[in-house]
Amino acid sequence: MEMRPQLEEGRPAIETESRTNRPAQAKTAPLCVVLTGNPNSGKTTLFNALTGLRARVGNYAGVTVERKEGRFQGSPPNLPITVLDLPGTYSLSPQSLDEQIVRDVLLRRLAEAPLPALVVVVVDASNLERNLYFASQVIELGYPTIIALNMTDVAEKIGQRVDARQLAAALGVPVVPMVASTGSGLKELKQKIVEMVRAPAPRAAIPSFCRLPAAFAAEVETLAKMISGASNRAEALLLLSDEKLISAATMEIRQAAAAGRQRLEKGGIDWRGAAIEGRYASVSAIQQAVTAAADGPEETFSDRVDRIVTHKIWGMAIFLGIMAVMFLTIFSFAQLPMDLLQGLFRATGDFVGRLIPPGDLQELVVKGVIQGVGAVVVFLPQICLLFLFIGLLEDTGYMARAAFLMDRMMSKVGLHGKSFIPMLSSFACAIPGIMATRTIETRKDRLVTILVAPLMSCSARLPVYTVLIAACLPGGILVQSATMLSMYLLGIVVALGMAWVFKKTLLKGETPMLVMELPPYKRPLLRIALRHTWDRSKLFLRRAGTVILGINILLWFLASYPRHAGTQNGSPPGPQSAAQAGARLRGSFAGMAGRAIEPLIAPLGFDWKIGIGIVSSFAAREVFVSTMSIVYNVAEGSDEATHTRDLAQVMREQKRANGRPVYSTLASITLMVFYVLALQCVSTVAVVRRETNSWKWPLFQWLYMGALAWVFAFATYQGGRLLGMG
Amino acid sequence: MSAETQPLTSLKIGAAATVSEIKLHPEHRGRLLEMGLLVGTQVQLVRFAPMGDPVEIKVRGYHLTLRRHDAEQIWVRSAD
Repeated sequence: MEMRPQLEEGRPAIETESRTNRPAQAKTAPLCVVLTGNPNSGKTTLFNALTGLRARVGNYAGVTVERKEGRFQGSPPNLPITVLDLPGTYSLSPQSLDEQIVRDVLLRRLAEAPLPALVVVVVDASNLERNLYFASQVIELGYPTIIALNMTDVAEKIGQRVDARQLAAALGVPVVPMVASTGSGLKELKQKIVEMVRAPAPRAAIPSFCRLPAAFAAEVETLAKMISGASNRAEALLLLSDEKLISAATMEIRQAAAAGRQRLEKGGIDWRGAAIEGRYASVSAIQQAVTAAADGPEETFSDRVDRIVTHKIWGMAIFLGIMAVMFLTIFSFAQLPMDLLQGLFRATGDFVGRLIPPGDLQELVVKGVIQGVGAVVVFLPQICLLFLFIGLLEDTGYMARAAFLMDRMMSKVGLHGKSFIPMLSSFACAIPGIMATRTIETRKDRLVTILVAPLMSCSARLPVYTVLIAACLPGGILVQSATMLSMYLLGIVVALGMAWVFKKTLLKGETPMLVMELPPYKRPLLRIALRHTWDRSKLFLRRAGTVILGINILLWFLASYPRHAGTQNGSPPGPQSAAQAGARLRGSFAGMAGRAIEPLIAPLGFDWKIGIGIVSSFAAREVFVSTMSIVYNVAEGSDEATHTRDLAQVMREQKRANGRPVYSTLASITLMVFYVLALQCVSTVAVVRRETNSWKWPLFQWLYMGALAWVFAFATYQGGRLLGMG
Repeated sequence: MSAETQPLTSLKIGAAATVSEIKLHPEHRGRLLEMGLLVGTQVQLVRFAPMGDPVEIKVRGYHLTLRRHDAEQIWVRSAD
């Protein structure tokens, strides 16, 4: 899982020479402007403003750290510029995978990342000192650099007026004051970017912002002589103050750095701390010189909000309230658009059904394609709402408070508050959740979080829960929401329990240290929140249009063939009796598969038709819904009356041989429990494989979750029967 | 020595003090230092989380959370 930077031995970290070749390059590849800065500095907002919300999101080879690139809006016609957004970082001495990527891009250790033509460091003016710590490290690397002095409005509100001109003089690079969220200063920044990319101002000498003890400074000089490139001093300093930076240089340089550290230690210098202290001494002086501090308000808006949101009683109540509102909203607000979508698919099915003569083709198109895909797409409104909620929680800064509130609980199972964020994101989808684990510093804790994250009920389970609840749970919206909420709770409780087990057994380790910033609250920009919601929902739609469509077509064939006497291909097309159709499904390939696993699932109260659903949804959970739609439609024959009905209605009417309903309340709850716990998602398996760099962990995860699902479902069903349910 | 030193966690809520010693192992305190919590830095204890842990502090103008267990290793000297 450790990053393996693609290092070319002996290559200078920054190729200053190639910058002079830029005019020749410009005709072929676009120039790359790199955007970097602390977390919560408004970097993403600025990125959106610079690229007009049209980003291409990908991954760095070998890791799932998001690689966000976009075309610079307003670049001159003959000078295409792309903007590369790097993950938020506090320092060039990385603690997490995310930060490692930033260092590797800026130190030119990633062969795939383009050479930065210009670096824009986003600096939060209201938190200048700590932001300058990282900014000064970047400036020392010697790239043409611009400081985007962001959130000057917030700074002024708390009584900090930063003099941009003075700051520019102190840092030796241009500073553009701005407010990225309102667009103020954006024009000036864009102008400056174009100007600098066109003709980078020559930088006389690269300044140093680190006041070091004389002995340390001498070691830096000695080591720097061994390194080529303009950033040799900065790199020597990083090498000397961070023993983990081993992959960074040639063997010779590494040994020299280790020897240097030893000499410093003998001289009584704390090489880990000295560089940090030296830098803070320097940036602290700059901050004081450029900031005119007036009296700010005694208590900021964030302070007042936090007083309530992190309050002993109110804080927990608000947290639970937010969760409850989220699920109620998803249930009630989504209903109308969902009904509309359902009607649309129904009408389309009827319309197309009339165009194609009855027969196999009509069945395939109407039942396999339109209704099958429709059964999944109908859930788009719910999924959009879920993504919107999670996005808003992230954008406002509440997510960090949730982690603060929940940390105690997380520490009880051996994880820390930061693991809570990936777990909460997993409510939308385990894939971004697993990707969010990249901010967790220790490998074992990251692995534990990855292993339990898919236990959180993701949006793909939502269709399954919704259909089952609608089909079989009596009572109004409150009972239904409560059932839904308990499924989510079950996932959470089991996830925490399993995390505890893993930390005690397989992945033993100390509870990690927590060092987490609580950023000020921000008003989320609706435009951006909606855009993100749409981007993520698009993935869901694309999946419905590709993977799920493919599975549906395949499944229709499997559920319709082979045909037996009486229902042969040659038989005249026309309505079949229900009995005939049932026999046909039973004898089909899908029916065979379902019956093959029936002994395994019969103790859980499931019949072989549900077995078909379970088998097919190992590709993706929401396939269950379309599978059941196809299975019951095929089973019911093709008389006009049945194929346009609501799936929940059809399911409610399914009877066993003894006349009892297939979907009793108990059987439905058992089925939901199974879906809460089983890892039925090919994409998650693939992401875990990529993240952990082995098949061992995804396989283990798949097996343990499968076993858990079976055991819990068994206990639910048999326990329920003992209590006289079912 | 003008005032007694004490662990950060035993400050009163809302009280400010100056860091005098960080007793965490050098290998573990790197990030803490990089976040600006150094010997000589002013800190303010803001609050404890509802379940008593973690602790929220204010340092260099922003809010940071640490586990009580780690914060106990940070010794401070009151301003008075």
